[in-house]
Amino acid sequence: MRLSYPTNVKIVKLPCSGRVDVVHLLKAFEDGADGVYVAGCLEGDCHYQVGNLRAKKRVAYVKDILDKIGIGGERVAMYNLSAGQGPRFAEIAREMSEKIKQLGPTPLRKSGGSAKGVKLTPGTTKEEAA
Amino acid sequence: MANSSGKKKKGAVLVVGAGVAGMQASLDLASSGYLVHLVDKSPTIGGIMSQLDKTFPTNDCAMCIISPKLVEVGRHLNINILPNTEVEGLEGEAGNFQVALKSHPRYIDLKACTACGQCRQVCPVTAVNEFNQALDLREATYMRYPQAIPRGFTIDRNVCIGCGLCEKVCLAEAVHYDDTAKEFSLDVGAVILAPGNEIFDPSKFDTYNYLNLPNVVTSLEFERILSASGPYRGHLMRPYDREEPAKIAWLQCVGSRNINACDNSYCSAVCCMYAIKEAVIAKEHAHGNLDTAIFYMDMRTYGKEFEQYYNRAKEHGVRFIRSRIHSIEPEGECDLRLTYADEQGQQKSEVFDMVVLSVGFEVGKETVELGKRLNIDLNRHKFAVTDGFKPVETSRPGVYVCGTLQGPKDIPQSVMEASGAAAGTSALLSESRWTETRSLQLPPQRDVSKEPPRIGVFVCNCGINIGGIVDVPAVREYARTLPYVVHVEDNLFTCSQDTQVRMGQVIKEKGINRMVVAACTPLTHEPLFRETLLDIGLNKYLFEMANIRNQDSWVHMKDRQKATDKAKDLVRMSVARAALLQQLEEQKIQIQQSGLVIGGGIAGMNAALNLAQQGFSAILVEKGTELGGLARCVTHTIDGMEVQPYVDSLIAEVKAHPGIKVLTESEVTSFKGYKGNFTTKVRVGSSLEEETFEHGVVIVATGAKEYRPKEFLYGEHDGVMTQMDLDEVLRQRGAGNGNDPAKWNRAIMIQCVGSRNEENPNCSRICCQSAVKHALELKKLNPAMDIVILYRDMRMYGLLEDYYTEARRQGIIFSRFDLDDLPKVESNGAGLKVTFHDHVLQRHIQMPADAVVLSAATLAANTDQLATQLKVPRNAYGFFIEAHAKLRPVDFSSEGIYLCGTAHSPKLISESITQSLAAASRAGSFLAGKTLSVGGAVAHVDKSHCAACLVCVMSCPYGVPKINDENVSEINPALCQGCGVCVSECPAKAIQLSHFEDDQITVEVHALLEGAV
Repeated sequence: MRLSYPTNVKIVKLPCSGRVDVVHLLKAFEDGADGVYVAGCLEGDCHYQVGNLRAKKRVAYVKDILDKIGIGGERVAMYNLSAGQGPRFAEIAREMSEKIKQLGPTPLRKSGGSAKGVKLTPGTTKEEAA
Repeated sequence: MANSSGKKKKGAVLVVGAGVAGMQASLDLASSGYLVHLVDKSPTIGGIMSQLDKTFPTNDCAMCIISPKLVEVGRHLNINILPNTEVEGLEGEAGNFQVALKSHPRYIDLKACTACGQCRQVCPVTAVNEFNQALDLREATYMRYPQAIPRGFTIDRNVCIGCGLCEKVCLAEAVHYDDTAKEFSLDVGAVILAPGNEIFDPSKFDTYNYLNLPNVVTSLEFERILSASGPYRGHLMRPYDREEPAKIAWLQCVGSRNINACDNSYCSAVCCMYAIKEAVIAKEHAHGNLDTAIFYMDMRTYGKEFEQYYNRAKEHGVRFIRSRIHSIEPEGECDLRLTYADEQGQQKSEVFDMVVLSVGFEVGKETVELGKRLNIDLNRHKFAVTDGFKPVETSRPGVYVCGTLQGPKDIPQSVMEASGAAAGTSALLSESRWTETRSLQLPPQRDVSKEPPRIGVFVCNCGINIGGIVDVPAVREYARTLPYVVHVEDNLFTCSQDTQVRMGQVIKEKGINRMVVAACTPLTHEPLFRETLLDIGLNKYLFEMANIRNQDSWVHMKDRQKATDKAKDLVRMSVARAALLQQLEEQKIQIQQSGLVIGGGIAGMNAALNLAQQGFSAILVEKGTELGGLARCVTHTIDGMEVQPYVDSLIAEVKAHPGIKVLTESEVTSFKGYKGNFTTKVRVGSSLEEETFEHGVVIVATGAKEYRPKEFLYGEHDGVMTQMDLDEVLRQRGAGNGNDPAKWNRAIMIQCVGSRNEENPNCSRICCQSAVKHALELKKLNPAMDIVILYRDMRMYGLLEDYYTEARRQGIIFSRFDLDDLPKVESNGAGLKVTFHDHVLQRHIQMPADAVVLSAATLAANTDQLATQLKVPRNAYGFFIEAHAKLRPVDFSSEGIYLCGTAHSPKLISESITQSLAAASRAGSFLAGKTLSVGGAVAHVDKSHCAACLVCVMSCPYGVPKINDENVSEINPALCQGCGVCVSECPAKAIQLSHFEDDQITVEVHALLEGAV
């Protein structure tokens, strides 16, 4: 559908959001990401049955850690959408970028530089739909 | 076995129609070892299902679930898709047909077209977009929908002005204005007809004012309106003013169950469910509180778990109004006034913003012509004539039918029939399996595990799709600077055939051992590039794709600099990951060429027989002393087919077949192994001896039973009986015994006994037709007999409607009751009296009766032990749960185990036979592979780190990890689905998912954020 969204969103492909590990999310912040979000299937529609529910728990756990270490839990998020929801995909990308821009660069980053966003997504067609 | 002309049968099959049924039949057959020619008159495959928004009862997005099938069909080595093609004639006989075909010109060469879409962007013509049901426009150069297979454009020369723009911009030189029709012929062993139906055109009715009122739409138009890829991008709007409606009405049975305006007397079988679905989904789409009302005659939610879907819709506030519609008139500028008669016969009216006509199915004129050309019989409704015991065979031997040409039906029923037709075909042609199929001849793979990474990067311009936005030469030169990169180049179309050949040469010359392609999406193109690697002897996992089109040039068109920067980032990420990629081995394991069938009723016997006819061996395990199952309690079907002679001959055939081992009085005592290699112990007979069988597949056909009512004096009064008891009484009468129903003055039947209530919310599907069947039979015995059927909704779906019409014509009285005002049955001496509320008279009526016949529910058989042994799921009512309600109706989610008959849900004999053939087809196509590739991108355990904490065992959605004899977790690569859930849960990090190992994931992020901190 070729719907425009901000260029600072980059996608890392995974077989299922259930493969997202707490370590992957934390490492992204350690490397200087300003924000990370996980895009999984709609709840109840996971191709692997429950992967997205596992991811949801892990994202919540990472949120808690980020809060505790002063990076801020709002920099990580979990979204659920189907491969048929291209407009929603673009909307989420805008929504998350906007939120991160408001929060400013991660305290871990030296200074300046543009906002860096990473998105972990299962290897489905969601990003193709946008 | 050769046919009468002595020629060996052909190992190829023609499938006509590439909707969901045609695709399923093709996939089953192609995997079973036959070459399939799949023809469709349209430029693309997918049929009506590709136009649907969501599907009932799971509310899955139709495109999301069909597109993997489209891709699978498109890629299958043994499916030859022939779009824009029609069948002109069929000569010959079963096993050796000659088909005459005609392909209409497409004007775009599919071999050259890369689906880049430049041609469409420059096309100045606008035409009606039939895919979106004429709600918007398309160009003359178009692709029916973005996911279309074959992936390529077509030119609609009916509207094309021949300006030549598309030809000029097509850098692949795929446009050929001088393309012409081609006539050709094919030799095939069998034909499967799956051309589908058309939807009824409501414009011939004055009542609905469809042509004059823009806010009156058909249900298919409404599907497109709801669809995220539809004309309104999924925003709920009405056509006239593009405002969001606040009140929508659905009118049922438009073009069905009516013969007033030359429409169709049958029920279209799907409209009740899709109307409920559309109402529920519309409510979800609406921003305010959308009011939805469905105007109907009978709510026919007769399928598996449909009744619960209906109940949930009522809870969501969908209104259901039992009525007959008088007219739709305009109200104000564009609102609509519905006038209708309610159940009491009172005229009412209500204003809506929008009205959806639930249009039915009908066989299209072109399909009728096709039927004539192929010389198959059609019935008076123009559906293909089939025998109730051979539900997928047409009147012409060797020509099979599936989907809506066989009769109106929903997607799962079509999919089952498609597999059923494939089973018939496979049994017919088994001697010629694998004789015409193609296989890949691959060179041995070079071991690169000891070599340092040598990465080749290929950047694609995709015509101007990427190159027009992203500075491709800059990306190419940037890639040259990245670690381990030894070769870079850019191509106009990296996916074109000549580029593949050149890439192969370059990879060999430069000793490249990892390939990165920066282009479009791995979803469509990864298999192609992996094949290129395989062709030159490299492992297919040594490939990585950077999506600089769909995730970059297409979505960042307005900022070329940023798009180019992002392309560099994506290439850097992919190169970093590529350096860590490892070659993965896939092992081949043998598949045991036999199947275990559990349950010896009609379904189990048909499944076993078909497997044996396909050339596999079958072990048929029956608990009882005799084969036959529940069918032994049915004398004839509603269409007059005698069941007992059929069961007798089926048993004889099963027992006589050398490929089938029949075990009666037998039970499964233990079950282990995995797909392709199961080991089952069966206790045989009364001897308590156990026999052990090795087999590749399992088919579960454990059947169902009739509910024994606790209500309505059942068991207390001799005059109260179930439909099955009545069948017995009628049979005994034939033998001159017992209670003679011919002497009854009045019989009253009560529907939904033990169904559709709190205890069992399911509809039992078959009881309405049992009641009508027996009522017609009683009428025949004694035309003076009064017969009253007390019902809640008469669910005479599909062509069964004709018998309902006939019953009313013969004076059988149908009176509706509500769940909160059940009929009352009392003893009246030797007779009975029944009190019920009449909905027309609005008062209670009492009638004496000689017999009260209860249409008792169909309940699942007790399968507690079996379900635990096989580890397959059942629903709350004991029916087994298939892998997917829509597209995998006979598969379990555990591979190698299949399901059929009433163990799945209540169904008619013909439907059970279809499903059992379908299960045999699915099982056969698995067995036919002979070997199984396992491994690749699956999870593996590092024993030295495993603490046997059971986290993996508990987190795996498929129950694959097991703690082995060494007291560590073991993951069977044949069973692992590769989701990675256990990997991320394992607290000791003892598990890794090949191809998605932790370092392979984090290195991408690390590369992206290089220098950020």
